[in-house]
Amino acid sequence: MRNGYLFAAYAATWIIHIAYLGTIVRRYSRLKREIEDLKKPRVRS
Amino acid sequence: MKRAFPILGILTAILLSYALYQALVGAPTEQTMGDVQRIFYYHVPSAWTAFILFFVNFGASIFYLIKRKPAADIVALVSAEVGVVFCTVVLVTGPIWARPVWGIWWTWDMRLTSTLVLWLIYVSYLFLRRFSSSGQTPTLAAALAVLGALCVPFVYFSIWFFRTQHPQPVMGGGGSIDPRMLHVLLINWLAFSCFAFLVCWSRYRLESLQREVDQAHALESLMDPRGSMR
Repeated sequence: MRNGYLFAAYAATWIIHIAYLGTIVRRYSRLKREIEDLKKPRVRS
Repeated sequence: MKRAFPILGILTAILLSYALYQALVGAPTEQTMGDVQRIFYYHVPSAWTAFILFFVNFGASIFYLIKRKPAADIVALVSAEVGVVFCTVVLVTGPIWARPVWGIWWTWDMRLTSTLVLWLIYVSYLFLRRFSSSGQTPTLAAALAVLGALCVPFVYFSIWFFRTQHPQPVMGGGGSIDPRMLHVLLINWLAFSCFAFLVCWSRYRLESLQREVDQAHALESLMDPRGSMR
């Protein structure tokens, strides 16, 4: 049972880090889309 | 420079795997706590890494307040964000260790409470950065960061100044540690520091790019269809 705490602590550490890395990846993809939009020629009224 | 990032990424992944192996298998088992003590190899290096990142945030904020360089503002933001992630790890792994060892998840002890307050200060810093759109935001955030950094030594030395349940510091605390345990602790610290550096690097590139795109959007909204300024 005490090993369960060890596993929980290590798993929690990596879940927190991977979740944060996930937010960075998501922000990168959103930024990539924004850059693609900026490159498109605009038709203005 | 473009090649350095993946090479460092691979080296850090190898180092993290080796550090994990050392923490779980290489380090000797502590006599009274047993395997639960191995949480220490993630908890303590995460705390040290968070403290270093908060000091980087402090230095960058001071530099920004003096020189007004946008790069310093980005370094401050990035180090605070990654520092909060590491501080979250500390606040999560601490109670997981405390439950089997102390019999409780949490106590309003000076070290634990001051760490929570430190985390809340830097979370407020990030909220300020995220939700304030004023031109003064970087200056206000830098001032908050300077105050937040004053908390870091208080958290570290709180064990000396107050009667606390928290174990004594490994470095400079007067306690002793098995050299093999210290070796594993330092390997894990090195691995987490490299990981933090890579994450900060990646986040720095993202933030710089984001600001360039925001500027391009602002410029675009000022241009008329023929490309001249309104």
